[in-house]
Amino acid sequence: MSTQQELYCTFRVDRYLFGAPVTSVQEVVRHQSMTPVPLAAPEIKGLLNLRGQIVTAIDLRRRLGLPEASSGAAPVHVLLSDGDGAVSLMVDQVEDVQEVSADVIEPPPEIVEPAIRALLRGVAKRKDCLLLLLNETKAISLS
Amino acid sequence: MENAELTREFVAEGREHLLQVEADLVNLEKSPQDHEILSRIFRAVHTIKGASGFMGLKKLEALTHAGENLLSRLRDGRMQVNQEITTLLLQLVDTLQQTMGMIESQGNDAALQHAPLTLKINRLLQNTPSTANTKLDDNRGASSPQEPSGVAAPPETAVHSEQLVAAGSASTGTPASAAETAATASQEEATGTAVSSPSTASSVAESHVRVDVGLLDRLMNLVGELVLARNQILQLSDHSGHRQLDTVAQRLNLVTTELQEEVMKTRLQPIRNAWSKLPRVVRDTSVALGRQVQLEMIGQDTELDRAIIEAIKDPMLHLVRNALDHGIEPPAERKVAGKPEAGRLCLRAYHEGGQVNIEVADDGRGILPSRVKAKALEKGLITGDQASRMSDREAFHLLFLPGFSTAEKVTNVSGRGVGMDVVKTNIEKLGGSVDIESTPGQGTVVKIKIPLTLAIIPALLVTCGDQRYAVPQVNLVELVRVEVEQRHEMIQEIMGAPVCRLRGRLLPLIYLSSVFGVGSTAGENEAVNIVVLKADQQQFGLVVDRINDTCEIVVKPLGKHLKRIPVFAGATVLGDGTVALILDVLGLAQHARVLSHAQMAEHQGMERVVGGGRTSGATQLLLCSFGEQRVAIDLSTVGRLEKIPQAKVEMSGGREVVQYRGHIMDLVRLSSMLGYAESADGDLNVVVYHAGQRPVGLVVGTIQDIVEQQIRLDTGNRRPGIRGRCIIQGRTTELVDIPAIVEAAGLMLAVES
Repeated sequence: MSTQQELYCTFRVDRYLFGAPVTSVQEVVRHQSMTPVPLAAPEIKGLLNLRGQIVTAIDLRRRLGLPEASSGAAPVHVLLSDGDGAVSLMVDQVEDVQEVSADVIEPPPEIVEPAIRALLRGVAKRKDCLLLLLNETKAISLS
Repeated sequence: MENAELTREFVAEGREHLLQVEADLVNLEKSPQDHEILSRIFRAVHTIKGASGFMGLKKLEALTHAGENLLSRLRDGRMQVNQEITTLLLQLVDTLQQTMGMIESQGNDAALQHAPLTLKINRLLQNTPSTANTKLDDNRGASSPQEPSGVAAPPETAVHSEQLVAAGSASTGTPASAAETAATASQEEATGTAVSSPSTASSVAESHVRVDVGLLDRLMNLVGELVLARNQILQLSDHSGHRQLDTVAQRLNLVTTELQEEVMKTRLQPIRNAWSKLPRVVRDTSVALGRQVQLEMIGQDTELDRAIIEAIKDPMLHLVRNALDHGIEPPAERKVAGKPEAGRLCLRAYHEGGQVNIEVADDGRGILPSRVKAKALEKGLITGDQASRMSDREAFHLLFLPGFSTAEKVTNVSGRGVGMDVVKTNIEKLGGSVDIESTPGQGTVVKIKIPLTLAIIPALLVTCGDQRYAVPQVNLVELVRVEVEQRHEMIQEIMGAPVCRLRGRLLPLIYLSSVFGVGSTAGENEAVNIVVLKADQQQFGLVVDRINDTCEIVVKPLGKHLKRIPVFAGATVLGDGTVALILDVLGLAQHARVLSHAQMAEHQGMERVVGGGRTSGATQLLLCSFGEQRVAIDLSTVGRLEKIPQAKVEMSGGREVVQYRGHIMDLVRLSSMLGYAESADGDLNVVVYHAGQRPVGLVVGTIQDIVEQQIRLDTGNRRPGIRGRCIIQGRTTELVDIPAIVEAAGLMLAVES
């Protein structure tokens, strides 16, 4: 059995653990003040100044239809490159980089709501919990 | 890798040469005796030939070689420049330009179809030598250095076998003359090399380097960053009291400012770059149309941001074509009108007040306002009444309407009716404006005003809610502050549409806070700040909470998620590092107008949805209370909120009324209509509702709040005047149906009768 390994940057949103391929994660920056954009989609939390580059921040909770964060902890920006610049995906907390082998990954089960399922590449079965592998391109494209 | 680098260099250099050659050829036609121009063209073509040989681009080499032969004859006076030759040489330039593109994309010239053109050139060379020589002999006698002869071809011919095959295959030429061509060429090559002395080439090379524009853009971004870091350092040093830090900070400040200016300059290019194609266009177009035109270009060194240079290329092209096609008359017509046969087309560019003015002037037949109006009437663009009231200047602006064309027949030069409106939109997209002046019989001037740069613009910072926004100053007309005491007099509303009476005119108002759906921080008893803006010839007032300051901002594009929001033109980073959105004034004006329709549609849709007891989109609600009872009123039905002293209430026909802005306004107490507890005496909180033309005042108890939220309506307790109940801010609230209450109070009928 061939065990293809891939590295995932993992982060927490609500009570779930998500992962995005490290190759697509540009950097992680701590929370900073943002400029809200009136009339924008509700998922768009605002604009942040990343060393002079203006980056759009997308709230992953809202994107996934999860309730607003209750605790006062500041969210973290996971920056993903999207061709012509970076987009920030706002998560509760960033964990670590983990190796995931292809044989523990299953497609997201049918029971998951289709809108959410479309945002997942698959589910990695770990001993302690399930690691939801995010389809990062879809997660940052709002239509 | 190295090879690719070499190719890129070759293509870039080749293009530069060709651009020069093209301009020179057009000039040459005007002054065919100018030996210097001819030599310059020859040298450029020769350089391309030499480089292509070095690069192993055989086909390109053969083609340039043929061109070089022709040019050498012209240079030596053995042939005279005429229209046919110029056209052929321009064709050669076109083909070479295409070839450069080919080499750039494919890395070689394999796809070049050079044979037809080479053939044409060689045929010309073979057919003309005798006449040209006679002429030359007449002029210079026997001193001609190079008599063409049928000498056998030197070994060099072999190299150009391809070309010779092409020439040979044509039955018109004789092999001998083909060989002669090659022979002359080989001699010329020697001279050519000598002429292209290194001095001219190297002087340019020493003072100029080729830099990728992408690199300049990155430099610009980095300098922007440096400016921000500098600002922070300056702030730190202000508070530190550390003398050494102060000195360093001051020095950093100076250097950064200077650096910023210099880097900005690298983005500027002379307008020449946008005009370089025009002489050729004028030449080709005037030949095609049978016109004689002298093109003058004044102020070619006027500098503009390169993004703008790119963007005005097409509009310029169109204006020039238009002037030739519709403006300048055919020579015969001009003669009759007592004008010189050759028309004059003058392009002028100059700086004025931080903007660049560009004029396209011709001395043609001009525009007859009456003809423009007649055409617009015929096309149904205006009514007869409008036409009779229209001034000449307004009539000229009809030319910018989509679908307008005054040309009697559609030519392939212009007159497809897609021109002037596109010119106008393109210029306005750049934050510029276009105007036309014309005197019938004497000519037309099209005047364009555009900003120097798009990257850095002067802007006005305003505050709305807790955010700052930048308004481009191009759109700014004036700032108006309406003091509290003038407020009721100056700011009024017509059916929910707020207007300001400004110096006898009605200025439509847009409240930025309501466009953005954010709470305004300006209180009811504060002065109103109005930013008067113009968009597309119309003025409107933008009401903001505060007007902060003016500053130069660096425009940065928004990400793709936000591109579709029409009210923003981009974003910028302010001095303190926060991001501020830049308002798109035109988009804002359009959005505000569109919104009124959209809101109506949404409102109607909501009523249907609410009837079904389902959730609707977010609704703005006015919350009031009558003792413990909470009620909500849909804010879109609220015209105004007024506080009316109890003492002002009068009785008329058994109803309570008040005098309100010269009207008698009926009062309806919600408490008595809906059986709520009467609120305490004192001032009455009145919601002004417009039933038809007349206002109706609804007394609403205590006003609590205005909220925007989605409501889930429970229609269980629905009754006349109440749409249902819902939970707002954690409390059960009844949603009042204002139109139904007004109707129930019998006021609808009273108003209608």
